[in-house]
Amino acid sequence: MNKYVERIYNGIVKENPCIILMLGMCPTLAVTTSAINGIGMGLSTLAVLIFSNLIISIMRNIIPDQVRLPAYIVIVASLVTIVDLIMQAYTPGLYSALGIYIPLIVVNCIILGRAEAYANKVTPDLAFFDGVGMGLGFTIALTVIGLAREFLGSGCAFGIQVLSEEIFHPIAIFGQAPGAFLIMAILIAILNGASISTAANDKVEGCDGCCASCAKSCDSREKEETKA
Amino acid sequence: MNNSLILIIVTTALVNNVVLSQFLGICSFLGVSKQLKASASLGGAVIFVMTISSAVANLLYTFLLAPLQLEYLNTIVFILVIATLVQMVEMFLKKTSPGIYKALGIYLPLITTNCAVLGVALTNVQDGYGFVESVVAGFGTAVGYTIAIILLAGIRERIDESSVPKPFRGAPVVLLSAALMAIAFMGFGSLAL
Repeated sequence: MNKYVERIYNGIVKENPCIILMLGMCPTLAVTTSAINGIGMGLSTLAVLIFSNLIISIMRNIIPDQVRLPAYIVIVASLVTIVDLIMQAYTPGLYSALGIYIPLIVVNCIILGRAEAYANKVTPDLAFFDGVGMGLGFTIALTVIGLAREFLGSGCAFGIQVLSEEIFHPIAIFGQAPGAFLIMAILIAILNGASISTAANDKVEGCDGCCASCAKSCDSREKEETKA
Repeated sequence: MNNSLILIIVTTALVNNVVLSQFLGICSFLGVSKQLKASASLGGAVIFVMTISSAVANLLYTFLLAPLQLEYLNTIVFILVIATLVQMVEMFLKKTSPGIYKALGIYLPLITTNCAVLGVALTNVQDGYGFVESVVAGFGTAVGYTIAIILLAGIRERIDESSVPKPFRGAPVVLLSAALMAIAFMGFGSLAL
């Protein structure tokens, strides 16, 4: 298989950031009230991820190792600000629906996690396709979760009434905050039942488990603690 | 004046609970809620950092970004300031009060990546809060976070002793507990405020 296709397959299926690696839980739970919001959030993250991977990979020999995390954060924050301004100008409806979660892409673990775990070690072309794969994987997962919540919560799909209320009585709770937790719980239980291993169960076991960089700092800290 | 501050605390801590209705800080909410003691310490650290960072973010916005018309840079400025602030708090505590450092120390770096801290700073700006209101909102949000994580830790300690169906062991049962908590917290939405 072509190595670029392999990166995209890896991002969408094998290491899907949302379902297998369990990164970026906050936006996953928060914005998936409808399929459209899921796509919007996914695509804006995709855009940031592609460019952050690309820039970080190009600059990987220039950025000194000691200050790499602050440098990555500045790069990501600049890209997020650009996306934020573009969305404010061209898609005001989506912008107000996603609200504060757009600037919060900065702290999305997927982006810093990929920078730290992959983009700063490889050539720009591979980093680019990794960004495309991971971003698409995230977008698809958010869309599917959003679709499920929208359908169960209101009987709609992409804003169009699919089942009338006489046939299917909507379960409104799925469209509200608790529904996000419920859907994720059911999804992970299904994956567990099918013996597909995900990072979900490690996540609730340890430390923060948030992202590659963070998990690393936890490990090193624990060692420091035991030494002391 | 006092009434509106109490209103802000109740709203941020209970009605718009940061974890259960805003979905910020989910990572540490799920990750550090295994034991009651650890989650209480994390809660303490979050209250500490979030109150200070809300104050600093507000001052920066009012006296630096707004006069220079650089409001659009707030995301970049806030995330850098919060990251630096957490480091400084850590060093300061290490030197001055080793007791508190020992209790909160290992949780402080986790807070840098906690999206709730940045989220509160940005929400305060969006809502046009002044200095006192920002600090109170930061404190209230952090108290809400602490309430949620302590409750979840209590529930998880009980779950550990019961038998859970196999596919639901681990993450799913934790998420289900969180869902039930979220349903309970929705009740606060009907408070006549």
